[in-house]
Amino acid sequence: MSEKFRLDKGGLINRNKKISFKFNGKKYFGYAGDTLASALLANGVHLVGRSFKYHRPRGFFGAGVDEPYAIVQMNRNNEVDPNVRATEQELFEGLEAKSVNCWPNVDFDIGAINNFLGKFFPAGFYYKTFMWPKSFWYNLYEPIIRKAAGFGAASIKHDKEKYEHKYEYCDLLITGSGPSGLASAYAAAQNGAKVILAEDKSRFGGSLLTSDVTIGNQSGQEWAEKIISELKSMPNVVVKNRSQVFGYYDHNMLVMSERISDHLPKTEKYSPKQRLWYIRAKEVIISSGSIERPLVFGNNDTPGVMLSSAAKEYLKVYGVLVGKKPLIFTNNDSGYETAIEFKKNGIDPVVLDTRKDPNSEIIKEAKDLNINIKSSYVVVAAKGYKKVKSADIAKISDDKKNISTIENIKCDCICVSGFWTPTIHLASQSGNKTKFNEEIDAFVPSQSKQKETTLGSANGIFTLEETLKTSFEKGNELSKQITNKENKVTVPTVVEKKSSNHDKFWCVPLPEGKNYKRFLDFQNDVAVSDIQLALREGYRSIEHVKRYTTLGMATDQGRTSNLNGLQLVSDIENKVVPQVGHTTFRPPFSPVSIGAIVGREIGKHSKPTRKSPMHYWHEKNNAVFVDAGVWLRPRYYKQGSENLFEASKREAKNVRRNVGVCDVTTLGKIDIKGPDSAEFLNRVYTNAWLKLPIGKARYGVMLREDGIVMDDGTTTRISENHYHMTTTTAQAANVLSHLEYYLQLVWPELNVNVVSSTEQWAGAAIAGPKSRDVLQKLFPDLDVSNEGLPFMGYMEGDLFGVNAKIYRISFSGELAYEVNVESDNGNYMWEKIIEIGKEFNIQPYGTEALSTLRIEMGHVAGSELDGRTIPYDNSLEGLVSKKKDFIGKRSLSKKAYVAPDRQKVVGVIPLDKKTSIPEGSYIVKDAKAKLPNPKLGHVSASCWSVEYDNPFSLAIIKDGKNMIGQKLFALSPLKNKTIPIEIVSSHYVDPKGERVRS
Amino acid sequence: MLYIKCPHCGLRSQNEFSYGGDATVKRPELNKEVSDRDWDNFVYLRKSPIGKHLELWQHISGCRQWIKVERDTLTHEIFKTLKANEEV
Ligand SMILES: [Zn+2]
Repeated sequence: MSEKFRLDKGGLINRNKKISFKFNGKKYFGYAGDTLASALLANGVHLVGRSFKYHRPRGFFGAGVDEPYAIVQMNRNNEVDPNVRATEQELFEGLEAKSVNCWPNVDFDIGAINNFLGKFFPAGFYYKTFMWPKSFWYNLYEPIIRKAAGFGAASIKHDKEKYEHKYEYCDLLITGSGPSGLASAYAAAQNGAKVILAEDKSRFGGSLLTSDVTIGNQSGQEWAEKIISELKSMPNVVVKNRSQVFGYYDHNMLVMSERISDHLPKTEKYSPKQRLWYIRAKEVIISSGSIERPLVFGNNDTPGVMLSSAAKEYLKVYGVLVGKKPLIFTNNDSGYETAIEFKKNGIDPVVLDTRKDPNSEIIKEAKDLNINIKSSYVVVAAKGYKKVKSADIAKISDDKKNISTIENIKCDCICVSGFWTPTIHLASQSGNKTKFNEEIDAFVPSQSKQKETTLGSANGIFTLEETLKTSFEKGNELSKQITNKENKVTVPTVVEKKSSNHDKFWCVPLPEGKNYKRFLDFQNDVAVSDIQLALREGYRSIEHVKRYTTLGMATDQGRTSNLNGLQLVSDIENKVVPQVGHTTFRPPFSPVSIGAIVGREIGKHSKPTRKSPMHYWHEKNNAVFVDAGVWLRPRYYKQGSENLFEASKREAKNVRRNVGVCDVTTLGKIDIKGPDSAEFLNRVYTNAWLKLPIGKARYGVMLREDGIVMDDGTTTRISENHYHMTTTTAQAANVLSHLEYYLQLVWPELNVNVVSSTEQWAGAAIAGPKSRDVLQKLFPDLDVSNEGLPFMGYMEGDLFGVNAKIYRISFSGELAYEVNVESDNGNYMWEKIIEIGKEFNIQPYGTEALSTLRIEMGHVAGSELDGRTIPYDNSLEGLVSKKKDFIGKRSLSKKAYVAPDRQKVVGVIPLDKKTSIPEGSYIVKDAKAKLPNPKLGHVSASCWSVEYDNPFSLAIIKDGKNMIGQKLFALSPLKNKTIPIEIVSSHYVDPKGERVRS
Repeated sequence: MLYIKCPHCGLRSQNEFSYGGDATVKRPELNKEVSDRDWDNFVYLRKSPIGKHLELWQHISGCRQWIKVERDTLTHEIFKTLKANEEV
């Protein structure tokens, strides 16, 4: 198909580079520098989608971020991208896109029947229509809504593209490269400020690309090019195109999404698709310009009706005619600029001006060009279903209330201009208290909350001369304050045509007997009648009207609809717009892909992975790993075809019979130094610490101030004023912060320093009756006998050339030692232990066996110390000193904590000695009692006892102390199990603790 | 994201800090009688003001110091930051 609507010359596209692309399966051609929209329009394609609610045919309305209709689904390099605006998507070779929100296709859409059943879809249609009967919801309403709604379908495949995050700091962030952005950036850059200039389109220059002005002795476009190339050459300036600043957050943090590869057929190697910039700016200049406002008339959503500024942009930037018989409908001079461009390119437009007798330089030029101008005229309705074919027009009375005889005029597009709306979204997001400017019928930024300044048409200034003057000034002033340098530039002289005042008229009355739909919100299909209905039904607050009708709630954030909606509400309510007020703008200004928000923090990279120095040994020896916080720990070491249960049983049994070795590097370690260390520990732990001898370890429990157990572990006195504390893997970071809190804020008089040493030490626990034999061979020169190194003893030694610290502590309940060496020597130590332990049948064991060993010994751990239990609950009351004060002590005397039937940890065995009890099971007296069955407690941890070869669990139950011997039930509704049980002591194996001392 | 001036390190983004609650709460002294009411006030009860609030933050990914931050809970404006041992 040839490009019937492309001019022979003109525009900023590259006519030497022809590009082929597909839309809805059909092949077309365009040029490099086109957008998908401009290329389709060049081919005469206007029908691109169906509307959200009524499935009415929709075309192009804008030429950029203002576009409410032309949302397409992209297929790029075998990846789909939903919710892409055709007006923003740059053309590339092989581009494939299709329409959304239409089924079976855009030309014949079954949903369009909604258009004729319009009475079923009035304001609040979701609330009204889908309310009853309830049973219809899942089977009928939801599937239909899901199929009919939405702007495309997300892929369910993993996105292969890469997205990046970048953090940046600057003196001035300038959002938009139109005249105000360029002038302020230039002035600031001259003063040496670090400037970031962001432009959301591919081309810099904003309105200068399409306006007929002279700056100095250059055209606006040439001037923009010159300024940009100068800025690009300056080391203190970052200039970014295809970059949308979409969010303004606290303390001048702004977020910008840079589309790096979306305009290419395929992302280049080592390049991300998009990059998200987090920018902290000392000052922000909002130069986001303004968006043309539509006029409201019958069927104003017909393809071919578009903003006059868009028509001008297609002409001047892309050399594309949006029609060959254009009708321009305007209430201000902007429509004339578009008419003049048409005329200059050999097309005869007709201009309908709502004003009675307008006069200005621009209008004079149009008249001189013999353009057909009809004053006091309006478009009553567009005619044509899939494309404008003609328009019903009429003269309108001076008071704008009555229209006279309707005339029909042939046309193939209607370019509308209802004046301009400043783009205040970012200012509003920053917390700026906007105010209503009567002169332009729109809100403009007013009182700043953060350090932002809005310039140019975004601030309601519509002449280039004033825009440049104020922007140079502001750029200079703001940067000067930061850099203390001034290198003032002279403001160039500007030649521009003067325009006259706009007409406040915006909505054409319905002719007698007609009920044309007159749309306000084009993306969400909200018509004048919907707002009227909402107000009739009693909605008053603009926030409520918005939610009830969905006005301005689409992805375009009401860029073209908000003000007309406000006008309508204020007209009906007989208020002025500022009384109605505008709804709150929230980020993002424009849709951002989820991939960009996530960045590289995806899959394995969503959190760091910590590995012990022995990790690769574990890997080589068939370890199956488990996440322990951010650490990876061996869960078990697989031999042959073993499963988890078999392997962990073998490993645990070997510890009880021979000797095992476990990687305990992940335990939190805190180095404590200073003359007041003992006193500090004495306040932190519940038990006494003042008399711990050098070379001895002690088990301790620490509480929060509310009496709940925070953590447990052993601390060893290395020398007079030096202690080595261990914490659980999970609580390591919290415990350090906790200690720092008390040292820095509560007891600053204590002379103590704490520092994490978790990563400095690699640890191996050697446990089992033969562990002493292994230790003796590892340290032949040391006396490791029960007398030489008693239980809870500590000594240092030489492990085949490396320094080692030996702690005789036990988590497994067996005779056990923990050997620590510097992390770098961890693997060396581990291999030595395995090598030397061979003759004693040493085997590595993982966390599963470790759990089994501690559970059957009745040692409490994370599943009991779960943030809800006090020392008594864990049978740790023996460690609570009655003599001294400590953190959380006062809470322990609370009534509930000293109740005689207070919960306590117990052991649980199934009566059949076969059925494992799921963790989390309830414990009840009567399995068949009426619901809710009173719960006595819950099972906190379960294992298969290797000592007795039957299941064993720990549970925390009410009055646990007096429950030993009771026959109860464990219920697991989740696994649908009811298990008869007997309560036993939590110390199932070696209740007197003889083994650890042997 | 807040921009917090650590009195030890300078301006840093919020994600380097962790929040620590009301900075005006004083822990009852050790080894002193405390009524149930006073203890409960200390452990559980906190004000939730709109406006100025003196609060604790720890510069957890920086110098690890606990600092005091005077912040407006409504506007997020930060008026002042102090070292642990400084008073407003
Ligand atoms: Zn710091």
